[in-house]
Amino acid sequence: MIPLYIAQLGIILAVFGLLLVAAAIMVYSERKVAAIIQQRYGPYLVGPRGMLQPIADVIKLIFKETLRPKGADRVLFMLAPLISATAAFTAFAVVPFGAETDLFGLLEQPISLQVADVNVAVLVLFAITSVSVYGIVLAGWSSNSKYSLLGALRSASQMISYELSYGLTLASVLIVANSLSLTKIVNAQQGTWFGWMPAWFVFVQPLGFVIFMIAGVAETNRAPFDFPEAEQELVAGYHTEYSSTPFMMFFLAEYINMVTTAAVATDLFLGGWHGPWLPEYLGWIWFVAKMGAILFFYIWMRWTLPRLRYDQLMAFGWKVMLPLAALNLLVTAAGVIYFGY
Amino acid sequence: MATDLLLFYLFGGVAVLASLLVVLRRNPMHSVLLLIVSFAALAALYITLGSPFAAVIQIIIYAGAIMVLFLFVVMLLNAHKEDEDLAAAPKGAAGPLRAGALLGVVLAVELVWALVKAGGTRDGALAAGASPDVTALGDVRELGRLLFTDYAFAFEVTSILIIVAMVGAVVLAKREI
Amino acid sequence: MVPLGHYLILSAILFATGTLGVFLRRNVITMLLSIEVMLNAVNLAFIAFGRTIGSADGQVIMFFVVTVAAAEAAVGLALVIALFRHRETLNPDTFTSLKW
Repeated sequence: MIPLYIAQLGIILAVFGLLLVAAAIMVYSERKVAAIIQQRYGPYLVGPRGMLQPIADVIKLIFKETLRPKGADRVLFMLAPLISATAAFTAFAVVPFGAETDLFGLLEQPISLQVADVNVAVLVLFAITSVSVYGIVLAGWSSNSKYSLLGALRSASQMISYELSYGLTLASVLIVANSLSLTKIVNAQQGTWFGWMPAWFVFVQPLGFVIFMIAGVAETNRAPFDFPEAEQELVAGYHTEYSSTPFMMFFLAEYINMVTTAAVATDLFLGGWHGPWLPEYLGWIWFVAKMGAILFFYIWMRWTLPRLRYDQLMAFGWKVMLPLAALNLLVTAAGVIYFGY
Repeated sequence: MATDLLLFYLFGGVAVLASLLVVLRRNPMHSVLLLIVSFAALAALYITLGSPFAAVIQIIIYAGAIMVLFLFVVMLLNAHKEDEDLAAAPKGAAGPLRAGALLGVVLAVELVWALVKAGGTRDGALAAGASPDVTALGDVRELGRLLFTDYAFAFEVTSILIIVAMVGAVVLAKREI
Repeated sequence: MVPLGHYLILSAILFATGTLGVFLRRNVITMLLSIEVMLNAVNLAFIAFGRTIGSADGQVIMFFVVTVAAAEAAVGLALVIALFRHRETLNPDTFTSLKW
């Protein structure tokens, strides 16, 4: 019993620490990949090949002065970045990243590499994504500044519009996998077809995967959908008035949301931790590799595609993505009944 | 056993306190946020009642969508400056207001008295704990089956209701017809 | 195991709190919020009963109540916006033109 508690606590601490490390790695790799795409050097002064740059960034941000605009609502101004950061971390609590392991026989029953193994995990993810809208809305409102308010309203309506396609694609995967628990969904993707093609859901649901990726990018306010925090239009959108530590929390929340969306896409569509040539208990290496591929794709998209204007963005979400996601759901349901998946 | 009661009192207390503050705060923005806290406490209570799906639905729809709608309207109408104060109520309103508050408290006392008299929480019909086959509650498949067989009519009517509400909201809030 | 009566009493207290809000507050948005509090109290009662009889009906009915509450909130807030455009105030006591 006691080793189980210690192992569980260890997993919680490990996930928390690894998320922070992942955010730091994302900061560095974003700048380096951007530099490569733009044919220049990225950060190269701090540490070997600039690898300590994120640490320098964090130290700089902590030492800045924490400002608060004059008419800002005191409680809400400090609460908004906390809500954003907390929601970002909490969403990762139900994402499994490795097979069930019993630590080479130390524990009497296997535990999964997941902070909380609930059997409505997919819905919990969706719920926490809905809650993270509040961090942005409250930040924009409480800053008492027109750029912040505009950015927050646009960002919030963008997020709730793309949540619909996000949810419908989740529903399509649920129909195929026949379960709401992320662990069971990943385990439904093990094995291969014809002996060589891995049985991932991306091959069963290609349209669903594309819609999920686009909705994920829109949910995290990234890449072609980052109009609400575009420098050219809105100074910095909802986090205009924030400096130092609260700003760092928004920054952190954005990167961790990206990591969580990539992790969820890996679990739902790319087979999670299953992969050839590695034993089951090292499956997390495959997980990290697939997640890294998706994150690279995110960064690549940001520095390649131009930004969508706000009305184009909303029209795309409601008039293109939502009908496609609904169509995907209908075809998936028909296919499951006909082919008996 | 004791942890169940402790969790009930904890979350129930948070829910009651938050709801009371929703009703009493001047600033509608604060009321909306306190109501979200109340929803979260109730969602936790639903989880202790063995209904995780209900809890998640509560968060997704109530706290995630309806309250965002309320927040948008509060921001659009700049309602945080519109807070009325009870002192600027129409003249002679203090008496009726106090009577209203008293009636609210009387309602609460009556309901609680009726419930205690009906079964008592020690023995009687209201002392029942969970029924033996409580695992059926957490199964989403069972909910889906019920939705499409026993409650299919209500389900279809609800979809029409939502469309009507959507069209109605758009028409009512337009600037010009 | 927490007895059913506890949950019903909690539901009754929440319902009475919501009713107090609808009676006492003179701000239309807060009145709508109090109605949501009342609907929540009812949801709690349904789920508690559902657990006691061991059927998933409680959750299904709660699902419908939530949907109806969403529709009602949407239309109610649209009405609030339309009223505000007319009179620039959120105090329901000012909308007296139908009184005689």
